[in-house]
Amino acid sequence: MHPIFSHLRRLALYLLAWVPLAAMLAYLMHATSGISAKDSIVLAVPLCVIYAFICLSAYFSCRATPFDRTTIPKFVITHGMGALVASGIWILIARFMAYALSRTYSFPEIDHEMARAVPLLFGAGVLFYLLSVDLYYVLMAVEASREAEARALQAGILAREAELKALKAQVNPHFLFNSLNSISALTSSDPAKAREMCILLGDFLRRTLGLGEKSAIPLEEELSLIHSFLAVEKVRFGARIQMEENVDKGAMAVPVPPLLLQPLVENAIVHGIANLIEGGRVHLDIKAQNGMLSVLVENNFDPDAPPRRKSGVGLANVRQRLAARYGNQASFDVKANGDLFRVAISIPAQAEASAS
Amino acid sequence: MNQQKKIRAVIVDDEELARQVLREFLSSHAEVEITAECANGFEAVKAVAEQKPDLVFLDIQMPKLDGFEVLELIGPGSAVIFVTAYDSYAIKAFEVHAVDYLLKPVGAERFEAALERAKERLGGKLPQQVLPPAELAAAARPPSQYLDRIPVRDGTRVSIIPTAKLDYAEAQDDYVALASEGKKHLKQQTISSLETALDPSRFLRIHRSYIVNLERVARVEPYGKDRHVAVLSNGTQLPVSKTGYTRLRTFLDR
Repeated sequence: MHPIFSHLRRLALYLLAWVPLAAMLAYLMHATSGISAKDSIVLAVPLCVIYAFICLSAYFSCRATPFDRTTIPKFVITHGMGALVASGIWILIARFMAYALSRTYSFPEIDHEMARAVPLLFGAGVLFYLLSVDLYYVLMAVEASREAEARALQAGILAREAELKALKAQVNPHFLFNSLNSISALTSSDPAKAREMCILLGDFLRRTLGLGEKSAIPLEEELSLIHSFLAVEKVRFGARIQMEENVDKGAMAVPVPPLLLQPLVENAIVHGIANLIEGGRVHLDIKAQNGMLSVLVENNFDPDAPPRRKSGVGLANVRQRLAARYGNQASFDVKANGDLFRVAISIPAQAEASAS
Repeated sequence: MNQQKKIRAVIVDDEELARQVLREFLSSHAEVEITAECANGFEAVKAVAEQKPDLVFLDIQMPKLDGFEVLELIGPGSAVIFVTAYDSYAIKAFEVHAVDYLLKPVGAERFEAALERAKERLGGKLPQQVLPPAELAAAARPPSQYLDRIPVRDGTRVSIIPTAKLDYAEAQDDYVALASEGKKHLKQQTISSLETALDPSRFLRIHRSYIVNLERVARVEPYGKDRHVAVLSNGTQLPVSKTGYTRLRTFLDR
């Protein structure tokens, strides 16, 4: 694709740039070759329009000899020959035009005048051609840097997507192993309950598998995922888990990254409730206001619990995902106060177009 | 092995259903008697101290004390089979001479094999552990990870001493006395193994028999001819050996 000829706006701009050149040429013809002012203009203007189009061809020889990958002799010969040929063709056209005009009664002297102007025209032709060669190299460099920029941008987007993919929360395998162990216990003591738990677990797994591909889901869907997670955990921990929920009706449709809130609840159970002999309370509070979605997960915990080796990995993952996706638009706050552990996050409540 | 005497077993797991699986597997073994079921680390230490069972089925992640801390406190008297959903502790479990390591969900065949190993251990065919468990626990800890709490047992009572609240430790024969908040707790462990388990940037061996919490040291005073004492912020005076003094100086001068 020709960078000027194929863009109407650029073509217009390019032809406009030839106006001063035409004016200069007319002045020089008048001043140096003794051509009358009227005849100079009559010759210079159409000749410049024609030459403007001839010079468009310089692009192809520029493209064939990229500036940074061509030896100097080849470079000089290519464009020198190009300039001579283009200028030669131009002179022929000019002579023919002058001859044709001299046949009319309006410009009887024009053919002789033209003959005097040939050296000037030839010099101007070479100069104009080389100028356009220069223009194309500049254009090509601009294009190349713009392409590089676009590639870098694309690479950045790809890297971020890969990061988000890697950070995507996954089902904790120990949750699975413990649940299977519970099912194994129930098969003999309470087969109906064992079956129920199989179904709850299957339901939870199916939901999480489906969500992996999506970049955002309505909050309602994430909540229902949390509910199926809790249903399984309640079979294991029994009355030790007390769940309280306080969710704004208006927040239900807000899009959230999938599996962003479930790890918070899982963390509250694994690192909080599971360490308490009598169990405890998990409080989930979600509000949508001022364009932000605020989520608070608060749970009882034992400050003197034995240290768990993988403690905090789930929370760190959530924090990184928030940072990767929302930058400083999201906040993440963890606080332990007495026997209460609270995680507060807030994210923009609008769908993030860039993350899709 | 002795046919008359039953194997007395304790099951420790915070999940009722997990205990139920083990109970069910054991129900077909008339030679094993379950003497207690415990739902957390404190209960487990109490039950084992009181009943001295032959065999303990021990979960690792539990409220109050984890399985390794329980093992450290109950001593080498009982054979231990760990039962957990986490495979990452297996190496550590064998380093503390556990009989076996069962992964949840527990299969019947695997369970039988573990029980068989336990019987061999109890019958004397497999070597008993030779080191006190505290030494083993120290050996099994990754070198980069230092203790941030020390569980101690007094009879059936368990206390947890956060290392931040430990003033100093004093060697007393096979025990160390841990001084914390005005009380002294005895623990069966050598002072050298305790030293390696504590963070060397916070705790320093100032004497053959003493490790001190550097934050507690108020000043060091000369004591007689080329000897020194460390005076703690609560007024306690601890002897400082010659090498201990050089070590202490490099810390205090920093």
